[in-house]
Amino acid sequence: MSTNKNEKPLKKVCMICAKGSIEDVYATLVMGNGAVMEGIETKLFFTFFGLDAITKKQMNKLHTSTVGNPAMRMPGGLPFPSLLGILPGVEAGVSAMMKKQMEKLDMPSVDEFLEMITAGGGEIYACKLAMDMFKLKKEDLHEEVKAVLTIGEFYEMAGGDGTQIIFT
Amino acid sequence: MEEKTIANQNVKLTSEGYLVDPSQWNKEIAIEIAKEEGIDLSDLHFEVLEFLRKTHESGNTLTIRKVGKSGIVDIKGLYKLFPGGPLKYSSKIAGIPKPSSCV
Repeated sequence: MSTNKNEKPLKKVCMICAKGSIEDVYATLVMGNGAVMEGIETKLFFTFFGLDAITKKQMNKLHTSTVGNPAMRMPGGLPFPSLLGILPGVEAGVSAMMKKQMEKLDMPSVDEFLEMITAGGGEIYACKLAMDMFKLKKEDLHEEVKAVLTIGEFYEMAGGDGTQIIFT
Repeated sequence: MEEKTIANQNVKLTSEGYLVDPSQWNKEIAIEIAKEEGIDLSDLHFEVLEFLRKTHESGNTLTIRKVGKSGIVDIKGLYKLFPGGPLKYSSKIAGIPKPSSCV
């Protein structure tokens, strides 16, 4: 839908996901998959808590935080009291509800989303430093993860005209 | 909106080249639009196009995931059929509106 004829289309996006809540991970996955669908070369780089999104044990158990989230509301729009959010099971319940809503919009689970992205040629990477920090090994990661990279190697991939780095 | 003659038929197109009226579509038009996108249509392409048209007709939003679960072709295969725009190009060739979903 580009209106300016002088604009050059985006050729490559490199996205960094450093957080592991549902909304942070899905922001990366939706934007990444969207880029692949538009024919844009796409590389996703997961680091720190974002590693949960590509760790086999955690990837399909992501939560959204019910504490300290001022945008959180009850169904119907009433404010969601933070004190309620600390009760056992509330975060899990809210997270399950969110996932249900997303499923209705045909948003897949995290592992299926990763497969969709790589099916279209997108590439998925993990951050070496964060892996060392969380004592994770390559075997702990989903099969669709192409490699474990240092930040230097990530930047080497981010060259070229029409490339953008996006931090979600 | 513009009028254009594709495969000897007058059709209305949006500024991005999508058919305004899906009922104006036929296979010859599909072949012509596909050629402009550099795609030679095979039988498998047409199976996907029929699926897209049926899903659109029934009022459902199209996603590549739905096509992947259609049993016609998986997502990897869909990308092979319509490189660089699995839903965008396929919708254009199927004569249905530009996809309105983000997945």
